[in-house]
Amino acid sequence: MHVQLDRPVTALFGPSGAGKTTVLDAIAGLRRPASGSISIDGRVLFDRARSVDVRTHRRHIGYVAQEVALFPHMSVRRNVLYGRREGQKLSLEAVAGMLEIEALLDRSVPQLSGGERQRVALARALMSAPELLLLDEPLAAVDVERRRRILPYLERVRDDLRVPIVYVTHDPAEARQLANDVLVLENGQVVGREL
Amino acid sequence: MNAWQITGFTIATAGAATLLMLPPGLLIAWLLARGRFRGRVLLDTLVSLPLVMPPVATGLVLLMLVAPRGLLGPVLARFGVDIVFTWKAVVLAMTVMGLPLLVRTARAGIEQVDRRYEDAAATLGAGPLRVFLTVTLPLARPAVAAGAVLGFARALGEFGATIMIAGSIPGSTRTLAVAIYSLAETGRDRDAVVLVAISATIAFGALCVSNWISSRAGLRA
Repeated sequence: MHVQLDRPVTALFGPSGAGKTTVLDAIAGLRRPASGSISIDGRVLFDRARSVDVRTHRRHIGYVAQEVALFPHMSVRRNVLYGRREGQKLSLEAVAGMLEIEALLDRSVPQLSGGERQRVALARALMSAPELLLLDEPLAAVDVERRRRILPYLERVRDDLRVPIVYVTHDPAEARQLANDVLVLENGQVVGREL
Repeated sequence: MNAWQITGFTIATAGAATLLMLPPGLLIAWLLARGRFRGRVLLDTLVSLPLVMPPVATGLVLLMLVAPRGLLGPVLARFGVDIVFTWKAVVLAMTVMGLPLLVRTARAGIEQVDRRYEDAAATLGAGPLRVFLTVTLPLARPAVAAGAVLGFARALGEFGATIMIAGSIPGSTRTLAVAIYSLAETGRDRDAVVLVAISATIAFGALCVSNWISSRAGLRA
């Protein structure tokens, strides 16, 4: 698959098993592709032919996986601050305010509901000042009502922070609401694109 | 016989051995649990060897390494370090014999840590050492603590390797296990029984701590 993504939000859309998560894992450096190359803004992250493979922690890519994996032994506040980079302009207050998690900061992770976990995981990823944000079905684990309430937060991230987003979903309505570019994946191949 | 001196010396050396085995033990446990490298099976085997080898044989290997004319003897001599037949030899024997128990228990704990937490930490910019110290280790803490207690308990009872490289010098290298043997051998069974009772009490306490850690971890999970 060879694609160039240049829109603020790209959705990867397709049935399960299409390879959507695999693409995100490869971009984040959690999985090593057998061939090909990955670069962001001219910075080569991976190139099999030239033996380039930038380690995950040096890629500066935020990743909110489907299972959000908040650290269970830390408070919400410590989770959110875990990846804060030196010289990060975005303050904890700003991010917490935008995602409305101020009241959750001193709670422990097991006390959070599914929707709260999603927002905290999103805040944690944003605090690391990523150059690209990967979201893997961020709304899959929450019910329809919560989904309607979380979607606006994602729109705020898109509009206020202007972090480019690659967004995995199998919901066509969600893909259209958030994304300016929809790639349709099937069996690891791009079979369609809606700009 | 000074039972309290012997008991204090044994606890102190076993404690020092436990502290000494933690850094290499945790590193090896992590390498075995998460690493993919050539020689992994060899490392696993080497570390576990003291579990299955006769302790006296392990002691002889250590002696051949650290004795003045041993493999590392000249190097140690250059730094003015004298090990054989001193308390340092006791600690060394205890460390080598306790290490496999720590490594095996800690490794099992690390293997149970969900990799998604480590992956998440990496995407947040944490390098391997920070991931280990802030995510893996705290989540594997009950297993690491239980492993350290087991290593400590094993060190308390160490006999074979200790007698080879430290001997049984009263007041200087004589631990509970070594003293029990020396006393029984010279017909002082009554004194030996006192030390057996002390050993049993300490071992009981250590196992209680280990079980308490495990049950607390079970409640939290």
